Amino acid sequence: MSILVIAEHDNSELKGATLNTVAAAKEIGGDIDILIAGMDCESVADSASQIPGINNVLLANKETYKNSLAENIGNLIVELSDGYSHIMAPATTNGKNFMPRVAAKLDVSQISDISAVISDDTFERPIYAGNCIATVQSTDSIKAITVRTTGFDACESSGGSAAINSIENDTNAGVSSFVKEEIAESDRPELTAAEVVISGGRGMQNGDNFSLLNGIADKLGAAIGASRAAVDSGFVPNDMQVGQTGKIVAPDLYIAVGISGAIQHLAGMKDSKVIVAINKDEEAPIFSVADYGLVADLFEALPELEAKL
Amino acid sequence: MKVLVPVKRVVDYNVKVRAKSDESGPDLSNAKMAINPFCEIAIEEAVRIKEAGNAEEIIAVSVGDASSQEQLRTCLALGADRAILVETEESVEPLGVAKALKEVVSKESPDLIILGKQAIDGDANQTGQMLAAMLDLPQGTFASEIEIQDGVVQVTREIDGGLQTLSLTMPAIITTDLRLNEPRYASLPNIMKAKKKPLETLSSSDLGLDLSPRQNTLKVTPPPERAAGIMVEDIEQLVDKLKNEAKVIT
Repeated sequence: MSILVIAEHDNSELKGATLNTVAAAKEIGGDIDILIAGMDCESVADSASQIPGINNVLLANKETYKNSLAENIGNLIVELSDGYSHIMAPATTNGKNFMPRVAAKLDVSQISDISAVISDDTFERPIYAGNCIATVQSTDSIKAITVRTTGFDACESSGGSAAINSIENDTNAGVSSFVKEEIAESDRPELTAAEVVISGGRGMQNGDNFSLLNGIADKLGAAIGASRAAVDSGFVPNDMQVGQTGKIVAPDLYIAVGISGAIQHLAGMKDSKVIVAINKDEEAPIFSVADYGLVADLFEALPELEAKL
Repeated sequence: MKVLVPVKRVVDYNVKVRAKSDESGPDLSNAKMAINPFCEIAIEEAVRIKEAGNAEEIIAVSVGDASSQEQLRTCLALGADRAILVETEESVEPLGVAKALKEVVSKESPDLIILGKQAIDGDANQTGQMLAAMLDLPQGTFASEIEIQDGVVQVTREIDGGLQTLSLTMPAIITTDLRLNEPRYASLPNIMKAKKKPLETLSSSDLGLDLSPRQNTLKVTPPPERAAGIMVEDIEQLVDKLKNEAKVIT
C-alpha cells in the first residue's frame, strides 16, 4: 500500500488538519508521501518532513498552485497518482474542493469525510447529519478519501526526517483565476483546532451581543462559533458556523449558548468531550446531548460566567 | 444564456433519520421528502440571474426514480422553464450522477451550471466538482455571491477562514452555500402553471451509462450515544463541575 496525503497549508504554515489526515493514513498502513502544492512554501515542506513515519515529501512550488485553485491542484494530483493505492486530504473547504475532481478524473467513487478506518478498503462515515454511521467498502483500485479531522487524533509533528523531492509539474488549466481573499484576522485559535469552543445561537438576538462571548473566550483561550440560525439571521459570518453544513468541531469543552440544538447543529459538535448548554428553554433539544445543562437567561448567565472564571 | 440546475430529492431536513434495527440502511419509511435545501438555493439563484436579464432559459434536471418528478415540478413552480428527469431505479453515487449530468450538459450546452454544495442525505459534497472535472470546466464551490460580466463569472466562496473570490471563464460550474440567497416560496398560480411546463424523461440506459455503485454499504448504525448529563442550578455550580469533575478548565 502506498498513500499520498495532500497537505493543508497557507504557504507559510502546515495546518493541523494535515496531522489528523496522516493519522488516518497510518491506520490504513503502508508508505506515506505528503504533497505540498503552493508557492514559496518551502517552510511547509520542512515541517512536513519532520512528521515521523513519512516516506517522501513532494514539493510542487509553483505560481500555478499558489492559491490552491481546484482545477490546477486536481490535475497535479492526478498526474502524480500513479502507484498510489490511496489519496487522502482533510475534509476542509480546500480538500472538499479539489478531491472530487481527482476522483472523477480517475473514474473512482470518492469516500467523503471518513470518521474511522476499518481496513484498507472499508471506512466509517457519517450520513444524514451524523444521525447514521455508514460502513462503506470501496471496490475502486484507488481510494480517493477526505478525512473528518475530528475522527482522528493528530499524529506527532516532529522527530522525522523525510526527504523533500521537488516536483516540476506546472500546468495551469487557465480557466480560473484568483481575485482576492478576505481572511478574518483573529488572535483566537481556529475553530476546528481549538480546545475550547463557545458558540452562540439565535438566542443571542443580534450580532452585537456576540461580544458577550469575547471575555469568556479570552479567559478560556476559546474559539467562537455560531449555529446556522445565528448565521442565517445575519448575526455573524458563515465561517463561524458549526454544523452539518459548516465546521465539524470536537473540542475538549464546547459551550452552547442560546442554541436550541437542531440536528444540523448537533451534527457539528456532538463529538466534543464535554458539552455545556445554557438556554432559557428547559425543553431545548441541546440539553439531551449536554453533560452540564443550565436553564438561565444568557444575558445574566454570561457576565456571571465571565466573572467566575 | 442558458442555466442548468441539477437538483436532488432528499428526506426533508426536519426529519431525524434513524438507522434500521437490522443495520441494513437508514429507515426512510413514510419520511417526508423534499428538494435538497442547497438545490433550492441553486434554483433561486438561477431565477434571480434570469430576472436580472442575464439568462433566457433555466433547465432543472434530476437523476433519480419517477418520484423525483415532484421536486422537478417544484423547480418549475419556482421559475425553471423546463425540466429533465434522468430516470433510474437504483441509488446512484455522486460519480454516477455526475456522469448522467455530463450527458445532459453535452445535449443542452448550458453556459452556467448551478448545483447545491451537498445533499443532506449522503453529505458527500462531490457532484458539482466531479461534473466540473469530467467537463474540464472551472468551478466555484460554496458560493455566497455570484456576479456575471461578459463571458466571465466572479464567485465569492465561503472558505474555512473567510471569503475567497475567483474569476471563472464560462461555461462554469457553481455550487451554492447557505448565504447565497434566501429562496422564495412558490405562489399558487405558479404551482398551477408549472403543471403545464415541459418535463422530459430520459432513462439512464438510453444514455448508455453504467451507473452501478462502486461502494458497498456494509451496514448503517446509530452514532454512539452520549451518556445522559446533569442539570446544574447556577453558574457557580457549573464552574465548580467544569473545574473539579470534568477537569476541562483550571
